[in-house]
Amino acid sequence: ISKLKGFISPCSIFVRALLLQRFQSTLVIAEHTTESLTPITLNAISAAKCLGGEVSCLVAGTNCDKVAQELCKVQGVAKILVAQHDAYKGLLPEELTPLILATQKQFNYTHICAGASAFGKGLLPRVAAKLDVAPISDIIEIKSPDTFVRTIYAGNAVCTVKCDEKVKVFSVRGTSFDAAPISGGSAALEKVSAPSPVGQSEWVEQKLSKSDRPELTSAKVVVSGGRGLKSGDNFKLLYDLADQLHAAGKKTRLLIGQRLLLLAPELYIAVGISGAIQHLAGMKDSKTIVAINKDPEAPIFQVADYGLVADLFKVVPELTEALKKK
Amino acid sequence: MAASGLRALVGVKRVIDYAVKVRVKPDKTGVVTDGVKHSMNPFCEIAVEEAVRLKEKKLVSEVIVVSCGPQQCQETIRTALAMGADRGMHVEIPPKDYENLGPFQVAKILAALAKKEGVNLVLLGKQAIDDDCNQTGQMTAALLDWPQGTFASEVTVDGEHLTVEREIDGGLETVQLKLPAVVTADLRLNEPRYATLPNIMKAKKKKIDVMKASDLGVELTSRVKVLSVEDPPQREAGVKVESVDALVAKLKESGHI
Repeated sequence: ISKLKGFISPCSIFVRALLLQRFQSTLVIAEHTTESLTPITLNAISAAKCLGGEVSCLVAGTNCDKVAQELCKVQGVAKILVAQHDAYKGLLPEELTPLILATQKQFNYTHICAGASAFGKGLLPRVAAKLDVAPISDIIEIKSPDTFVRTIYAGNAVCTVKCDEKVKVFSVRGTSFDAAPISGGSAALEKVSAPSPVGQSEWVEQKLSKSDRPELTSAKVVVSGGRGLKSGDNFKLLYDLADQLHAAGKKTRLLIGQRLLLLAPELYIAVGISGAIQHLAGMKDSKTIVAINKDPEAPIFQVADYGLVADLFKVVPELTEALKKK
Repeated sequence: MAASGLRALVGVKRVIDYAVKVRVKPDKTGVVTDGVKHSMNPFCEIAVEEAVRLKEKKLVSEVIVVSCGPQQCQETIRTALAMGADRGMHVEIPPKDYENLGPFQVAKILAALAKKEGVNLVLLGKQAIDDDCNQTGQMTAALLDWPQGTFASEVTVDGEHLTVEREIDGGLETVQLKLPAVVTADLRLNEPRYATLPNIMKAKKKKIDVMKASDLGVELTSRVKVLSVEDPPQREAGVKVESVDALVAKLKESGHI
């Protein structure tokens, strides 16, 4: 009987998935650097899978071969649409929008999404306006195919919205959805033709930070220093710590006195930060928070998972050493 | 089109001041706004500053500032006028409609105004710090079929082109846009000036046109409904550890290192 149960249950899930499939189909716009897929695309694919229907992925670029091959193996993607044209240099929204509209006209998706990166945030609202629908930004949860959860007021309130638009266009917060596995998939490739170039904008150049430290919003670990460090020279202590975490295979980034910035890394280490409202708002979605502060009354300890009441000048080098040994 | 003939439309939004800790209403319909300090959205201040700087460089001939919302938006428009904008436009939205006013409706209003006023540059903040949408500029550009320079950290007018340096994940990107265009300001674009008292006095004499969305032919219906607004989940109280070794052990246990 137990064997039978084991047989029936995934089967019924499969049937349900098939039923849903008739109603939902999602297009994920892939973000990439020509050389490789940008990781947030994998989080967006996971979000798309939550909707229950068929997931397709659109790769546009000057040369899509490498990325299309990579995407074919991603679990849960049924079809990869490839659009290759020199006009897609720099993935400009002015050029991608007509392509997405043409793709939408052909396949009639119920949902169109991308990661909530500078790329996704720049592109999707333009697409939505052209489809005459209101988009939803930076979602953190999908309750049903038309109900989404997102944060407002820099994470100080959580808002659930119901979207009755004919096409749901939304961007996905990368840290809220696991990355889709990059093996085990077997998507079909299909070429789509590129509409003629718009030519009202031109990509000139890109200057990526020389540092091997990842961008703040995509870092797995953020080491953050506050006033407790007293002078800029002392930030060396934090760089050393960040280097060790980086060496441990985690993407680590250092943050110094920013405001209006939203972060949700796996691990957030606050060194010499008391925890003012604006600061807490920007980082309290982190999975784990570590606070190092000599003031036991500092508000940061109210949100920290692990707190160490100690002089940072003593314990930060100790922590760096301990990580070296690991 | 000579660059000196550029006319700029700047959108500004009145939001709860960024330093205020917002409170969610007990009935979960939104956050408490009555009696709470409001100011101009910080990203909008940067957009106004940029427009005024372009005017001071004689690259822009007129700066028109617009805000959509209740009566109090006129204070926000006055602030922009005191910073150096030439005249204001207030698209008055009845309180009932204002609750459901989203970026798409605002973008429709801005696009209609841009056409009506014959501007060739629309400057906005990259996002409002209340709804955190980051959509209005892109949608305005789409409705006008103009190119967009979002998250701008540097804007250069170059004949009939705009060169925009953008803040992207991992660094900066430069794009060149054909005018007319829409630009949204990022935090690093400039440091907004404070309005001086004489300028605040002068701003009182500047004109603010008041109109309705329907005057511009814009429908305010929305197909996105807020079901609830709630407090974010409270973090559970953590533990204090005694030593670096204990901290390292905890981080190993939780798989972080």
